[in-house]
Amino acid sequence: MPGYLYILVSLALFFIGTTGVLLRRNALFVLMSLELQLGAGSLALLTFARGLGDQKGHVVAFFLMALAAAEAAVGLAVVVSVFRTRKTIDLDGINELRN
Amino acid sequence: MFSLSRLHMIPLLPLLGAAYLILFGRRHSRTVVQTIATLAVFASCVVSTDAFFFGLRESVHQGGISELVYPWFSAGNVVVDLSLRMDALSGLLCLVVTFIGTLIHVYSAGYMAHEEDYPRFFAYLNLFCGAMLILVLGDSLPVVFIGWEGVGLASYLLIGFWYKENANASAGKKAFITNRIGDFGFLIGMFLLFRATGTLDIPAILDSAKSGGALVAPLWLGQPVAFWAAVFLFLGAAGKSAQIPLYVWLPDAMAGPTPVSALIHAATMVTAGVYLVARMSAVYMLAPAALAIVAVVGALTALFAAIIGFAQNDFKKVLAYSTVSQLGFMFVGVGTGNFAGGIFHLFTHAFFKAGLFLCAGSVMHAMSGSGDITKMGGLAARLPWTTRVFQVCWLAICGVPIFSGFFSKDAILDGAFATEIYGHGLAWVGPLVGGLLLLAAFGTAFYMSRLYFLVFSGPCRADEHVQHHIHESPVSMVFPLVVLAAGAVLAGFVGIPPAIRELFGKHGESTLAVWLEPAVGAPLEVAHRTEWSVMGVATIVALGGIGLAYAFFGGGYRAPAHAFAKKMPGLVALARDKFRIDEIYTAIIIRPLQALCRVVFLVVDRIVIDKVLIGGWAFLADIGGRMCRFAQVGDVQRYLAVFAIGFAVLVWIAARPATPEVEIAIEGNHVAVKLVDAEADNDDLTYSFDFDGDGTPDREGRDPSATWIYGGPDRHTISIVIRDERWHTQRTLKRDIEIRQVP
Repeated sequence: MPGYLYILVSLALFFIGTTGVLLRRNALFVLMSLELQLGAGSLALLTFARGLGDQKGHVVAFFLMALAAAEAAVGLAVVVSVFRTRKTIDLDGINELRN
Repeated sequence: MFSLSRLHMIPLLPLLGAAYLILFGRRHSRTVVQTIATLAVFASCVVSTDAFFFGLRESVHQGGISELVYPWFSAGNVVVDLSLRMDALSGLLCLVVTFIGTLIHVYSAGYMAHEEDYPRFFAYLNLFCGAMLILVLGDSLPVVFIGWEGVGLASYLLIGFWYKENANASAGKKAFITNRIGDFGFLIGMFLLFRATGTLDIPAILDSAKSGGALVAPLWLGQPVAFWAAVFLFLGAAGKSAQIPLYVWLPDAMAGPTPVSALIHAATMVTAGVYLVARMSAVYMLAPAALAIVAVVGALTALFAAIIGFAQNDFKKVLAYSTVSQLGFMFVGVGTGNFAGGIFHLFTHAFFKAGLFLCAGSVMHAMSGSGDITKMGGLAARLPWTTRVFQVCWLAICGVPIFSGFFSKDAILDGAFATEIYGHGLAWVGPLVGGLLLLAAFGTAFYMSRLYFLVFSGPCRADEHVQHHIHESPVSMVFPLVVLAAGAVLAGFVGIPPAIRELFGKHGESTLAVWLEPAVGAPLEVAHRTEWSVMGVATIVALGGIGLAYAFFGGGYRAPAHAFAKKMPGLVALARDKFRIDEIYTAIIIRPLQALCRVVFLVVDRIVIDKVLIGGWAFLADIGGRMCRFAQVGDVQRYLAVFAIGFAVLVWIAARPATPEVEIAIEGNHVAVKLVDAEADNDDLTYSFDFDGDGTPDREGRDPSATWIYGGPDRHTISIVIRDERWHTQRTLKRDIEIRQVP
């Protein structure tokens, strides 16, 4: 399979993730879309690393995994805590910093 | 041999004393403080004496001793060194300042014995001495100016020494501000001299003046540079030396402690103006009209201040106006080109006027601090030493023969009547100022005798309580008095005029005039007949003034005095109110200035600065903030959308290939193409040039320039492709050219 197809998959994943992050109202879905974006990034990195024969891309992809795990933990904690105080995780209702 | 030390020690010692006393004075007892202060000045006096008598004698005709302390600054063609020079003139002044300064330090130890702020007083006094010595020894105008401002500062600090009383603080401010007006003149004069001669070194300026040169070129109103420089420098001198119209600060300066009045406001600082004119003598000699201004202002001041002195009832105020008047005499001296005469009077005046002021201090000490002469009288019996000293100094200032004032006043009058410096147009100036001075000399004799009779003769008019406390001052105060009295007699003998010298079988000019010749030029030639007649008239005038004062005030207020006061109450009141000059200044200068300040405050400060500049920026920030608020929707997803768009724009900008300028040079059929500013730092750009329009690159590579040779005259299209290897983007540029001829 040629390398550019991997890049196309990565692009598709990234756009799906971006759309989800920007349009979904539920904070949990937003977090999940975020994970999709990170996955798309990892895939691109790995593709280029293989294509260029450069191992740095693999290293960064490992870092991304750790980052994604940490981000998910913190993000979920924030969502839980927001839910406790507001009884909702609908992003439309969370705009206290307005104006 | 000038061996003891170097010139910089002279001002440095008192300055070190001042610094030490300011920093650590409070840790020491009064004895230690006064010892440090006095020794600092005394040591400076010793060094000055050593330099004067041993170093200067050999070099006086070669411009004296000079020392480069350090190169101060140089900017462009302005080179200013902190250099000192002791020549005949500054050496004499140095001796006067350090000698009288030492005496007054000794006197102050007694006079200020009950004062709380002892170290501060002595520190300021030392500061003054140091600054005055810099002023005197400075070899370039900026250095003189440092001393000039330094003495102004010391004067301000000491006038307001008892700053807790508002009047004293105001008097200090008045002195300082009035002097600032003069300083403005000093600076302008300095700039003019610099512009004309290109240097600020005094010897260089004087040399330039002696050769005429740039200083005689006309500047404004047809007058030469020398005239304007001289006039502006004289404005500075008039401020420092209390001449019309800037004399008003000196009488108020009497608010300071009496030793300060004696040292700063009588003997030394106020003579700095006279010194400046004498120092710049060669410049003044180029401008007779400026000299005429100096002489006329001096003569008017001498007379005017003497008249005010007639009616003053405060001991120190009488002496203050007397100082103003005597400074007028000195200015007539230097203003008639008789620089040696002016400096001679400066020299003798320093002794007798310091003596008079210290007597005033002694008397006020005895009278429980009061200086009101209407409440004095009969002190001769109670203060024997003070009285004797006062008598000597009084006769000296009146100009009674043998006493020093006689000789110096005579030298000035001789000069005024004999001078020929003004030329034809202004020849009337000499006799005019001479006549005014004779009147002023009569006035001097009158007001000083009035002071003497009212204070020392007849019955005492003080109340019982004060009378009970009258006592002679301690030795530390009497000793300087006696020394100054001796000076008041002896100082005149250095300037015995040629007419009298002849009686003793000696020829030529007076010792002092000969001594000063290298610094201020040859003394005036005065015919012996003129000298004898001036001496005669001056003696009659002095004795007449004393006689009239005796008729009015001998043994207290007598019938003629009362009769005169009754006959002309308006005139007496006017003189007592100092001709209301202060009130006139208030009305025509201070009030309008305050009104102007008020307008400026209301318009510039309140409206332009507060409202527009400060309020305006705040208003803009406020509006900006309000507008930005609409962007703050609080919805995190919209923020993210903006972020995503912004990031996309950044990527697009970074990935955009360069659009360089294309420079095409055609020479015959040779074409050179060069891309300018094609992202010089970007190594990943490759360029391909297609010259013949066949679609395949003719030149390719990382070089942004290429050449091509065409076959014959024709129109061609060059297409250039720039590729960016990082982003795999490319841009194509096309340029049409025409080859006109082939060689």
